[in-house]
Amino acid sequence: MNDAMTLNTAATLLLLFIGSAFLLLAAIGVMRMPDVFSRMQAATKAATLGAACMLSAVAVHFDDFGVTIRALLVVAFVFLTAPVAAHVIARAAYFIGVPLWEGTIVDELRGRYDSQTHTLASGFPNSEIHSQADTNKSDELNVSNSDAGEGFSPG
Amino acid sequence: MSGLEYTFSSAIVNVVFAMLLAALFLSFVRLVRGPTMPDRVVALDLVAAVVVAITALYSIVTEQAVLLDVAIGIALITFLGTVAFAQYIERRARGDE
Repeated sequence: MNDAMTLNTAATLLLLFIGSAFLLLAAIGVMRMPDVFSRMQAATKAATLGAACMLSAVAVHFDDFGVTIRALLVVAFVFLTAPVAAHVIARAAYFIGVPLWEGTIVDELRGRYDSQTHTLASGFPNSEIHSQADTNKSDELNVSNSDAGEGFSPG
Repeated sequence: MSGLEYTFSSAIVNVVFAMLLAALFLSFVRLVRGPTMPDRVVALDLVAAVVVAITALYSIVTEQAVLLDVAIGIALITFLGTVAFAQYIERRARGDE
């Protein structure tokens, strides 16, 4: 295996390298992005692709039917569950009022979400839910920012 | 000692191990630092993805295809844990735990 690198070995190593590069990028994104939502999009998409590449490397390397099926099973499961998990965390984070990044340009849910009743209004922005949601968005939410020594200020 | 010998080894494998360790370390730093609860859940999700990748790499390196079942289990448990954490965060904010 050392002197004559077969095509199988080359493909395995390439897939391993690509997958770990994506995972490292996801980790760097989680480390450096400014707020939860951008961290989450770095973690979800890049990590999904990275794990898929690593498991494809397993399938290529073993060249066995059962192993390939199991590797594809994990890949399919990750592809199905990663968006669901990201959506659920994002929803929870928005509900408890995690502060957005200060450079955020548009927050489409702002004014359409009533933080008292947890209902969403899809109507015009001048409905009565609008003014109410804006006033109590910041004060009734007690995010446990005990160690929030990061670069952004809440609110 | 039959199962744990490194039969598939090259310099690239070492580089891949190093990159995965760096990814694990960075996401663990985010897991510790927070600052909010959803940050930690996201970091935990990423830690689990990296662990799945390390398991896959380990199964290649040691030629043990059985380790793929471990990856299946970790992927399943992680998803349930993430959803449970999100439910917990929402319920706690709503006040009816």
